[in-house]
Amino acid sequence: MSDLTELYQEIILDHNKYPRNYGCLDNYTDKGEGHNPLCGDEVTVYWKLGPEDIKALSFQARGCAISQASASMMTQILKGKSVEEAQELFQLLRRHLTQECEDEEFPEELGELAALAGVRKYPARIKCATLAWHAMCDKISD
Amino acid sequence: MPVVFLARGNFLFETRLILIKLRSMITTIDVASIRRDFPILRTRVGGRPLVYLDNAATTQKPAAVLSALEKHYKESNANINRGVHYLAERATDAYELARKTVARFLNVARSEEVIFVRGTTEGINLVAQSYALPFLKKGDEILLTTMEHHANIVPWQLVSERNGAKLRIIPITESGELDMEVFESLLGERTKIVSLAHASNTLGTVNPVKELVDKAHAYGAIVLLDGAQAVGHFPVDVQDLDCDFYVFSGHKLFSTTGAGVVYGKYELLQSMPPFQGGGDMIGKVTFEKTTYKEPPARFEAGTPNIGGAVALGAAIDYLSGLDRVVLMEYEHDLLQYATSLLSDIEGLRIYGRASDKVSLISFTLDGIHPHDIATLLDADGIAIRAGHHCTQPLHRHYGLSATTRASFAFYNTREEAEQLAASLEKSKRLFG
Repeated sequence: MSDLTELYQEIILDHNKYPRNYGCLDNYTDKGEGHNPLCGDEVTVYWKLGPEDIKALSFQARGCAISQASASMMTQILKGKSVEEAQELFQLLRRHLTQECEDEEFPEELGELAALAGVRKYPARIKCATLAWHAMCDKISD
Repeated sequence: MPVVFLARGNFLFETRLILIKLRSMITTIDVASIRRDFPILRTRVGGRPLVYLDNAATTQKPAAVLSALEKHYKESNANINRGVHYLAERATDAYELARKTVARFLNVARSEEVIFVRGTTEGINLVAQSYALPFLKKGDEILLTTMEHHANIVPWQLVSERNGAKLRIIPITESGELDMEVFESLLGERTKIVSLAHASNTLGTVNPVKELVDKAHAYGAIVLLDGAQAVGHFPVDVQDLDCDFYVFSGHKLFSTTGAGVVYGKYELLQSMPPFQGGGDMIGKVTFEKTTYKEPPARFEAGTPNIGGAVALGAAIDYLSGLDRVVLMEYEHDLLQYATSLLSDIEGLRIYGRASDKVSLISFTLDGIHPHDIATLLDADGIAIRAGHHCTQPLHRHYGLSATTRASFAFYNTREEAEQLAASLEKSKRLFG
């Protein structure tokens, strides 16, 4: 697989074309905004927090396929997770996108997010892959 | 003797006529030969030849510039204006020669009107801090345009926050040209400064600056032209334009980064306080009071980018060896060709359709974000720019957060424009 087809895997292109949980969430409890001043990409993540876990998520964004797909997959994987679990998943993803775990396989708990592995060859794009995660996880931990 | 002179004069005159005739017969330039002057154009990206279409961000440097820089550091390096030794004199001479070269390039009235700065950004900040800040007061107005680069917005905002001057914006038309009617309606007694791009870095629009200068002067306003995207594409004559300040960066004129120019009318420069304080700009320093040198030294505090100035002189000399009228025609043809190729791509929309444009094209492509386009094109060895190009207000005007920009120089070719179009079609197929 070339670097390019590894970066733009089918899953990524599919989430880009048909983003899941797109739009504003009815009765959301909070939202987080992310902005990449370098490229102007913007994302807003909405979530509904229950007593135990995150009940629902959605997002709205203007950004590249990587940031769209990552946001879209995030809204799926974090549903039903506790805030603590969400933070752990983000840290796990971040470690696997950066130099720290460069050669390691993505662990099972990251599920579809493994499709983001190709980003590791494009350091400038790692910010795209984590934009929505930062928008949510930086806010939810406050 | 007079006869000899006459004969010689006639001979030169006739030679010139023949040259002019020959020139009109040449419809294109020897691009292959020009490309050989730019060593970096031989780069291969992942096994493919580099297609460098990011010239609006920075241009590549001819070998003549690189060797002038190396020669300077090998043979003339010293600090300027202070030493009396051999090298100090050589360095000072080289620096001042570069100033004269720039003076000729812009056709300024006297070379003391040329100030070396880091680049366009520092140049505009110099005028904002040393002209607008002390001379404008609350209620005075600074006119900018929708298409300005952040470097021609933020320095004025910093000033207006301090002295209460107001920024007013000249809007653009659908095709990306200035709305001259609104411009005229904005002009008034309160207008003190009009600051705008000579050519837009995003739309490519070449603004009718001579007309703007005339109209602004009628109200007593001064005009600053941001020439960053102009000087690399066509000759500029500041006396003909009658602008009050003209600013550009060397690195967009085939020279190195870190050296640029502010041209200012001498009487204006003379009236202005220093921009930064330090060595070289002072007359006499005591702890009670310091006197300042006359321009340009007043505005060149500290050791300047001597090598950068020398390199800039070499870049101008390199350009002088080419026929800029022919280069302009070549770039114009290239722009037309690339525009027609891109226009044929379904879902591609070009922003900036001015009748007078420098050779750059900003566009969007349905279904693919500019950043993905940049990555996909890079895989084919094509360097373009994706993002807001430091013109966020302009992008917002079009309801966009980013565009893709392909910007051409005279060393680019029709084949490269074709490769760009082919790679875009390929990207579309991948993204389905």
